[in-house]
Amino acid sequence: MQQVKTILLSKSVFEDNDAQAEQLRCDLRKKGTCLVNVMSSPGSGKTTLLVALINALKRDYSIGVMEADIDSDKDAVTVAEKTGVRSIQLHTGGMCHLDAGMTRQGLKELGDGLDLIFLENVGNLVCPAEYDTGATVNMVILSVPEGNDKPLKYPLVFENSELAVISKTDTLPYFSFDMDECRDYIKARNAGASVIAVSAKTGDNMDELVSWFIRKISER
Amino acid sequence: MHELGIVMNVIEQVDRIAADNGAQKVAGITMEIGEVSTIVPELFLDAFNWAKKRTEYLKEAELEMIIIEGRTYCRSCGETYRTTEYGKKCPHCGSAETYLLTGDQVVIKDISAVFEQEEPGG
Repeated sequence: MQQVKTILLSKSVFEDNDAQAEQLRCDLRKKGTCLVNVMSSPGSGKTTLLVALINALKRDYSIGVMEADIDSDKDAVTVAEKTGVRSIQLHTGGMCHLDAGMTRQGLKELGDGLDLIFLENVGNLVCPAEYDTGATVNMVILSVPEGNDKPLKYPLVFENSELAVISKTDTLPYFSFDMDECRDYIKARNAGASVIAVSAKTGDNMDELVSWFIRKISER
Repeated sequence: MHELGIVMNVIEQVDRIAADNGAQKVAGITMEIGEVSTIVPELFLDAFNWAKKRTEYLKEAELEMIIIEGRTYCRSCGETYRTTEYGKKCPHCGSAETYLLTGDQVVIKDISAVFEQEEPGG
């Protein structure tokens, strides 16, 4: 004989991950490690920007990098070669985002004693925004060629990021990118967000970005 | 691909709940999916039907989705409105000082679990 019972749950799909992420954030704060979750579209210049940022900060802080991709270790190798800091590759095994469990695993592999860790999430503006990785800082990069309307199209990632970097400003002459409008769109999503426009290639305004991180690390 | 990641998460959770409760199998799952949750119900169902075959308890499970309307509240005039129609800007007063009340949830509401009933006196 079989019997069917209804089990009531009313449980958010993200609940387990959110709890794990909160725990991880607590652990990181205790250790004094600043973990930055870097989100953006593919091709926004994440890796180039990180290399420039790390090279500016590595003299004063111990830094590590976790590169998340569906496959390949190209980014981890590039970052390691160009900065010399500890860098590991995480494979999401076909998934379009990292979750808190995968992040914790990666941190274990990376080891202790780091001031600042960059987690380069999978290039995608949708899924990474939905899964809390447990990072202490969420950051989004929007490159000039993508267009200034992205905050309207992908609101969640901008709502969840305390820092929005507008990258590749050296290409501004070639695109009809409205910088003021872009800032307004970002502020409409997240009034408290810092918006910093830079070119990692020419170094333009990188100082402001580097200062932002120095301030953030000192707040640990 | 986006839907698949969430589906994998759901089936793992439900599989575990079925095991913890000593169920024989799961016949159905009811979920509440918000209109502005970024989930496309058709893709979600396809992903579910593909992924359930790889589970222990969900092989025959049917997925029911209840779509929850997106509603936004306007701080300026106190009215609410349908999010998918007007987005961030209030149609009553034009203000952008608004926030989402409901419609972004992805919730497992309940599951129908099948149990082997004990024989009388057994």
